[in-house]
Amino acid sequence: MRLEQPEQTVTFTFDGRKLKGVPGEPVAAALMANGIKLVARSFKYHRPRGVMSAGSEEQNALVTVGRGAQTEPNLRATTLEVSEGLEVFSQNAWPSLRYDMLAINDLFSRFLAAGFYYKTFMWPRSFWEKVYEPVIRRAAGLGALSGETNPDDYEKAFAFCDVLVIGAGPAGLMAALTAGRAGADVILADEDTAMGGRLLREREEIDGKPATAWVAAAIQELANLKNVRMMTRTTVTGAYDQGTYAALERIAGDRAAGKPLECFWRIVAKRAILTAGALERPIAFPNNDRPGIMMASAVRAYVNRWGVAPGKSVAVFGNNDDAHRTAQDLQAAGIKVAALIDSRDDTDITSDFPIYTGAQVVATKGRHALESVTIAYNGGRRVIRTDCLAMSGGWNPTVHLTCHMNGRPTWNTDIASFVPSAENVPGMVTAGACNGTFSTADCLAEGAAVAADVAKDLGFKSRVKVPQAEDRTYAISPLWAVPGKGRQWIDFQNDVHVKDIKLAAQENFRSVEHMKRYTTQGMAPDQGKSSNVVALAVLADATGRGIPETGTTTFRPPYVPVSIAAMGAGSQGKGFAPERFTTSHKASVGRDAPMIEAGLWYRPSYFPQKDEATWREACDREVGYVRNAVGVCDVSTLGKIDIQGPDAATLLDFVYTNTFSTLKVGKVRYGLMLREDGHVLDDGTTARLGEQHFVMTTTTAAAGLVMRHLEFVLQALRPDLDANVISVTEQWAQFAVAGPKARALLNTVLDQELTDEAWPFMACGEANVGGVPGRLFRISFSGEHAYEVAVPSRYGESLFRMLVAQAEVMGGGPYGMEALNVLRIEKGFITHAEIHGRTTAFDIGMGRMVSQKKDCIGHAAAARPGLIGEGRQQLVGLRAKGPDHPLTAGAHLFEKDADATRVNSQGYTTSVCYSPTLDTQLALAFLENGRARHGEVIKLRDHLRDVTETVVVCDPVFFDPTGGRARG
Amino acid sequence: MRITCPNCGERDRREFYYQGDALALDRPSQDAGLSVWDDYLHNRGNPAGDTKDLWFHEAGCGAWLVVDRNTVTHAVHKAVLAEKVKR
Ligand SMILES: [Zn+2]
Repeated sequence: MRLEQPEQTVTFTFDGRKLKGVPGEPVAAALMANGIKLVARSFKYHRPRGVMSAGSEEQNALVTVGRGAQTEPNLRATTLEVSEGLEVFSQNAWPSLRYDMLAINDLFSRFLAAGFYYKTFMWPRSFWEKVYEPVIRRAAGLGALSGETNPDDYEKAFAFCDVLVIGAGPAGLMAALTAGRAGADVILADEDTAMGGRLLREREEIDGKPATAWVAAAIQELANLKNVRMMTRTTVTGAYDQGTYAALERIAGDRAAGKPLECFWRIVAKRAILTAGALERPIAFPNNDRPGIMMASAVRAYVNRWGVAPGKSVAVFGNNDDAHRTAQDLQAAGIKVAALIDSRDDTDITSDFPIYTGAQVVATKGRHALESVTIAYNGGRRVIRTDCLAMSGGWNPTVHLTCHMNGRPTWNTDIASFVPSAENVPGMVTAGACNGTFSTADCLAEGAAVAADVAKDLGFKSRVKVPQAEDRTYAISPLWAVPGKGRQWIDFQNDVHVKDIKLAAQENFRSVEHMKRYTTQGMAPDQGKSSNVVALAVLADATGRGIPETGTTTFRPPYVPVSIAAMGAGSQGKGFAPERFTTSHKASVGRDAPMIEAGLWYRPSYFPQKDEATWREACDREVGYVRNAVGVCDVSTLGKIDIQGPDAATLLDFVYTNTFSTLKVGKVRYGLMLREDGHVLDDGTTARLGEQHFVMTTTTAAAGLVMRHLEFVLQALRPDLDANVISVTEQWAQFAVAGPKARALLNTVLDQELTDEAWPFMACGEANVGGVPGRLFRISFSGEHAYEVAVPSRYGESLFRMLVAQAEVMGGGPYGMEALNVLRIEKGFITHAEIHGRTTAFDIGMGRMVSQKKDCIGHAAAARPGLIGEGRQQLVGLRAKGPDHPLTAGAHLFEKDADATRVNSQGYTTSVCYSPTLDTQLALAFLENGRARHGEVIKLRDHLRDVTETVVVCDPVFFDPTGGRARG
Repeated sequence: MRITCPNCGERDRREFYYQGDALALDRPSQDAGLSVWDDYLHNRGNPAGDTKDLWFHEAGCGAWLVVDRNTVTHAVHKAVLAEKVKR
């Protein structure tokens, strides 16, 4: 029921029923205005539940919004805003909210008590996965995801400030005003749709005006301060190291308008002021979970802020003075107060509604909505007819963020709750209700005072000016649970009641952390916001300890549930990782080459032709180009590191196993690099362009790794060396031109004549292409007469097209990764398939490349026993029986007649291919004592793909073992 | 977590690559013997308290840093250039 007619309404639906609501108000308020009390079914027992709170701490009223891929489950009706066309659905009920078949769980509740998981379903073992778990999972739950890809947009963002103020109630507003006026860069964040916190919900005066008027003026002043940013709908969800805070912003506005739904913020603040307020806690009396039983402060919020009456005749039950306000506010709004029930014997309130002191609610009635409560009063019982009960067990300061970095809250007897300890999050201070300071006057004063201190620390001058406000004292007499017939609920979201906690204590789960796991109290989205202190009190009582000795569980981030979609915003699809394209990318794609990932790079797999049915046909053809004519391949993705300085050669001698100081200018040498633990890090060629100038190439995969390694050696191990390294991978486009006609092809594009005398094998130097200064290296990764030609990247595409066009004239063409792989396997050249991090120079047959004349990285460790010798698995070639016997990578190797079991495994394959050159299937492999076993017939077995083959062990260089083709 | 790079100022930890204990700076001589090399390569303390470790400002200036921090409080006390420590 609405107290006043709203100016504007929109239509939304709840379970398909069309309802009117005020745009921007919480769905909970709109449902209440429409007389709807039953809004959800509970997690475990499917008990009928209604709205309980008026904030993000809501435990009962979880709903689903939207349909299909845009389904968003488990949203709180208390923070979800009404908008035109919004579709809201109840969840965890079948076939309908009103007639939920699964409510049968409630009848079996005796068997579903705390810990039932661990006891009831232990036997037979196989039944757990197949029967019990699926059934339980279906019956107990919350809203469901659609299972479809989420099409909605989410964002993430970063912000920096001097002072982050968390929560914009009286203390927060005052803190922001004080720090803002002083000139500090302030962010004020509040999870509500409007700033003001509690002041928007109470009937109060500040400086003689209604509190809401003071709030409006404060917001106006803050808006005029250029150094203050205000963020509404933004919940600070976690406190992290060095002043980093996470925050979730719900973006205002229509989801259909194409705006992102949420933004996940990382806010870095020099200082933070926590003014997060307090949460009211329930009292565990019998059947305290019926729809219509709400928190007393929430009743005030719906009446005062949203103009909605939660009931026609409302009873109030509390153990503290604050509950009295609810009765008074209801009366002021013209709503009948059925009774004020105060558990304390002496209270000084007088009024014309019935007041029962020293009374307790001991029973409630009403299946889908509250009908009456029974109170124990004056030695007897009395039934009070009411459709809404406002309860207040007192206030819990919202200490959560102060605990995110191991802070432990302190028990405060005066307010019967925990308050933050002085040492909690470095750089954060607390003020107001979250500090246990409850009167508005005190909150305003404390907010101003801490902000003035913070501003001063940061070097700003501030003046403290605090307005006049109410200064009521808050008196409370603890009341946790009321015994009686019927379950006394503590954690409404997880369906945990007093008996569950007593059972935990009885079964010796006496530690608060054990009790939590045993009962599930305080788990899941709620994180014990409302239930924690009551649960601790009951546990303390059951174990005969005080609450401070019982302690509290750890509050962990996030403070409210954060969708993975928000945290991972921007990382779906193309956003997952950057893409690196070579200069020939367009040309390759233009030839329909399937592009494959190589790290972040994309490289052509092969270049298909019309008459080819399979990739193998294309690959075989491209291998033929290189072996018989000429092929062109973009090799720009290989890492290129420019090394200069007087000590450049000394650096190379130290990082490579072999010697580079003896390399002549104009020559290239193959180098092998170890990790300090003696295993191979990477390999590649390094060219000496000048006395003090080298260019190192790395494998594509290890480019970043090697760069980091070189910087480490230069800065952390040998800062005495005068040398500098820089990555030039992006600056140069480089193409392999390989095959018997390679020189002829290059002579059509180079500015000067290329001769064998001037450019012998492993020569390098400058070479111009069409007037563009480039570089030429006579190196080969195919075993053929080959070159790599490099030009500045901006000329790459043009050179690639030119080289390919000339190659095609000569009976060749471009080749891709598949052909490149076949060519190198035929020659026994290794890649990271072989140097995978567990192989040594000895294993790959390069033990002699570790120079004994000098120290180098990995030198000492490579000589360790166990890293050399016969027991090592060594690089070998494997030849299949013929072209129709394909081998698989990752297959294990066994003696010919041995059983293919794990203990008999002697090695494994790393790279395989069909060799069109040799017309058979080949593999590179590691085999125990393999170099001594050339010629032996062994068994290859791939258990995963069910392949068994007989293969012959041979030298890994299958083709042209003397290397004459590359030199010729 | 934030680290103050001597070259770049206070930066988010996402810009840094973590290497491990700063004892990696004290590389033994080639003939120091197996046990010394074993310690250098593999054996690390696991202190609850102050540590010195190596971070690389990979998405920044490319400096290797020795960072003093506390594994319990997560406080970052200071960060200095590795080449300065070494010299
Ligand atoms: Zn830096």
